[in-house]
Amino acid sequence: MSVRRLHAEQPESFAFSKDSEKLVKFWLGKYPKGREASAVIPLLWIAQKQEGWVSEPAIRHVADRLGMPHIRVLEVATFYTQFNLAPAGEHLIQVCGTTPCWLRGAGELKKVCESRIGPKGQVSADGKFSWVEVECLGACANAPMVQISNRHGDDYYEDLTAESLNAILDVLARGETPAPGPQSDRKTSEPAGEAVTLTDKSLYDGSRAKPVKLPHAASPAAEAAPVKKARPSAKKAPAKKGGGE
Amino acid sequence: MSEDLRKIIVDGREIEVPAHYTLLQAAEAAGREIPRFCYHERLSVAGNCRMCLVELVGAPKPVASCAWGVRDCRPGPEGQPPEMKTLSPMVKKAREGVMEFLLINHPLDCPICDQGGECDLQDQSLAYGRAGSRFAENKRAVEDKYMGPLIKTIMTRCIQCTRCVRFATEVAGVPELGATGRGEDMEITTYLQAAMTSELSGNVIDLCPVGALTSKPYAFNARPWELKKTETIDVMDALGSNIRVDSRGGAVLRILPRVNEEINEEWISDKTRFVWDGLQRQRLDRPYARRNGRLEPVSWAEALSIAAEKLSGAPERIAAIAGDLCAVEDLKAAKDLFDVLGVSSIDCRQDGAAIGGGAREGYLFNTTIYGVEDADAILLIGTNPRLEAPVLNARIRKTWLGGGAAIGVIGEAADLTYPYEHLGAGPESLEELIGKRTGFIQKLKKAQRPMIVLGMGALARRDGAAVLRLAGELASAVGAVKDGWNGFNVLHAAAGRAGGLDVGFLPGKGGKDTAGILSAAKGGKLDTLVLLGADEIGMDALGETFVIYVGTHGDAGAHRADLILPGAAYTEKSALYVNTEGRVQMTSRAVFPKGEAKEDWAIFRALSERMGRTLPYDNLDQLRRKLFDDCPVLAGLDHAPGAETAKDFDPAKLGKAGKLTAAPFESPVTDFFLTNQVARASKTMAECSALASGVTRRAAE
Repeated sequence: MSVRRLHAEQPESFAFSKDSEKLVKFWLGKYPKGREASAVIPLLWIAQKQEGWVSEPAIRHVADRLGMPHIRVLEVATFYTQFNLAPAGEHLIQVCGTTPCWLRGAGELKKVCESRIGPKGQVSADGKFSWVEVECLGACANAPMVQISNRHGDDYYEDLTAESLNAILDVLARGETPAPGPQSDRKTSEPAGEAVTLTDKSLYDGSRAKPVKLPHAASPAAEAAPVKKARPSAKKAPAKKGGGE
Repeated sequence: MSEDLRKIIVDGREIEVPAHYTLLQAAEAAGREIPRFCYHERLSVAGNCRMCLVELVGAPKPVASCAWGVRDCRPGPEGQPPEMKTLSPMVKKAREGVMEFLLINHPLDCPICDQGGECDLQDQSLAYGRAGSRFAENKRAVEDKYMGPLIKTIMTRCIQCTRCVRFATEVAGVPELGATGRGEDMEITTYLQAAMTSELSGNVIDLCPVGALTSKPYAFNARPWELKKTETIDVMDALGSNIRVDSRGGAVLRILPRVNEEINEEWISDKTRFVWDGLQRQRLDRPYARRNGRLEPVSWAEALSIAAEKLSGAPERIAAIAGDLCAVEDLKAAKDLFDVLGVSSIDCRQDGAAIGGGAREGYLFNTTIYGVEDADAILLIGTNPRLEAPVLNARIRKTWLGGGAAIGVIGEAADLTYPYEHLGAGPESLEELIGKRTGFIQKLKKAQRPMIVLGMGALARRDGAAVLRLAGELASAVGAVKDGWNGFNVLHAAAGRAGGLDVGFLPGKGGKDTAGILSAAKGGKLDTLVLLGADEIGMDALGETFVIYVGTHGDAGAHRADLILPGAAYTEKSALYVNTEGRVQMTSRAVFPKGEAKEDWAIFRALSERMGRTLPYDNLDQLRRKLFDDCPVLAGLDHAPGAETAKDFDPAKLGKAGKLTAAPFESPVTDFFLTNQVARASKTMAECSALASGVTRRAAE
């Protein structure tokens, strides 16, 4: 559904919790008097992190807090799809379904979510999970992957299989935090298994670095520390290429 | 504005325009028409419709002329002035392209759309669009939103120009409309589909270039080409907004604004716009006489003979009160008759306002409505301009938005759509203010062009004369009246008031004013009371007085009346009305009076003949000639005197020093939608009123 609508059932009211209030004050402090409206996106985000979704009372509360007409905040909340206008579980599983993930098995992940959580957009019975399918999250090298949003953050869980996703959901159900990143045995997006390129250790121990003659270096000390990157000084003309960068 | 002029070549013609002009304004100066949807002269520039694209020589793409300034144009390579083309092949292609895009999701509603025949999209697609459509996919649809009982919304037709959003935020001052969602799913709506609360909300109907926002009461009633358009003047408030009455046959079908930069710009209030259905309901179309306690239809001959008899008695036991919608000619004819009969207890101030009788400046809006924009400090005393004159309120808001004016209010702390300093609720605050040295009084004294506005809420009370004196002294103390600037203003709430005061429909020697007349009636000292459309007085306390009601609607006056003489409403006669600035304007007849109703002046002329004291005019022209002889100031049409007589005007001499009442100032308008008999007869106004009071009730709980 691309038309953005407020959810049919809304809570009675909304208020920032004590912890949220600290964040709210931090963000309000960034903007000068008369420009409080600049904090509308951060405040809506804080409200979402607190409740899991942005309710209509939350929109009104943020608007009143910032001295904005209610409709202005509604415009912002409906413009950005990052704001959930319908209740979400404690953990919102966002499954990427775009081509690279799809080819690498996102369909399996969707099946896991459906059987474990329920249909898209619906909160599970225990209120812990809900899931949606989203567009590309930019982790194609680690396909297939999901992003899990909860009050702690929005981490990527990559290189998933049906089992590893189930394991993640188990950990979350227990109330613990699974380690983000690739769930296989590789680090970030390094090649799976043994590395076959860039294996020469001398690439990484500094031995390959030749002493560099800095064109504007004054002291021999600067010349004797070739590995140190020359910091571009404000006085040096930026037109000339700085040494070693 | 600086006189920085720049040369620019428009379609081969070199012209010189101010540097701050946009290309669109430059094209208009050169006489070139540029199509547009989102641009509007009186709103901020949005630049999102792309219909105003023109070719700027040297620019890689066509530019939005509404948003590109002349001063931002680069001169040619040899220093030639920048060149803009509005009819080149690139521009034609751009326009066709934009039009094609706009029509992609636009529904094929022309046959059922009210805007047909006056639709900007229709006109511009005919003039600038492609011959046919290439679109074979499905169009998107949007759910209709609720915006109140006045605005019909079919949001599928919306082209997201955001004129309505910008109008509500900037001009009306109620940021209620917004655009939620984005892209194809962008929808214009109010928050949670609440009704629009502004009194100017109907203007979005005019602004909307397509049929997305149309008039709900007028829905499916007529096509524009079958209507007769009559340019006339509105009487719902004392501004005299210029309107165009569209009628078909004998019925007024809708009322639209006319442009008048000095009064209403391009706006009219909702009451002015939607009161037309009240012109068809509760109409008095034949004379009635009360027999055995019941009103029975009688012929004119009989009615006039009854009236003649009742007016032949002792003149000190006869009185007349004129209502809010009386035209100058009607009051003149009535006054002439009463003068000849020796009746001196006549009063056009049915609310008992302590105003009138002296120099004109003492009871007019001297700054003029246009002059409000020059004010740098405004003090509102006992007036709620948002309810009494919404279009004037928009002008005050415009002044505030322009960064000029500091505004203070003594009276109700109402939401006026602009911030103000609330200095107090009643006359004691006015007294205090004069005595102060710091605070708002400083702003008034330092201001070059301060304005004091007195409303009927401050004058229609027992201490009205004392309040008038105080306000005049304040105006004098802050230098509000000087050569070239008259900042002393009275804001009337009734359209006929200033005209009545000009004509002198006031108690003569030994005559009673409204309060005196009412108490005489109650005390059995009045035989006959003539009400000229006066429905706001207490009808229960008139004792046994024989009431002759000359008016248009079956309101409170007609219910109490013993004799009803049906008159003509403002859309049914050519008449002069003087607005609160003292500007004389003339209405034109759009439709004929209902049934056997006559123009009010003709009723008094006929009555005079019946009584053997024939008035010296036989037609409207002769009446007007006599009127201009007796009151030369009324002969100048469409002229507001403003500060012409400021040099010799001393506001501190107005009114009369006296004791102040502690009661706070209250605006005479308790319900914006039901302030006169025409509005009370209107179903649309009743619906709006119910909605507005329902909202208030809920909030109080």
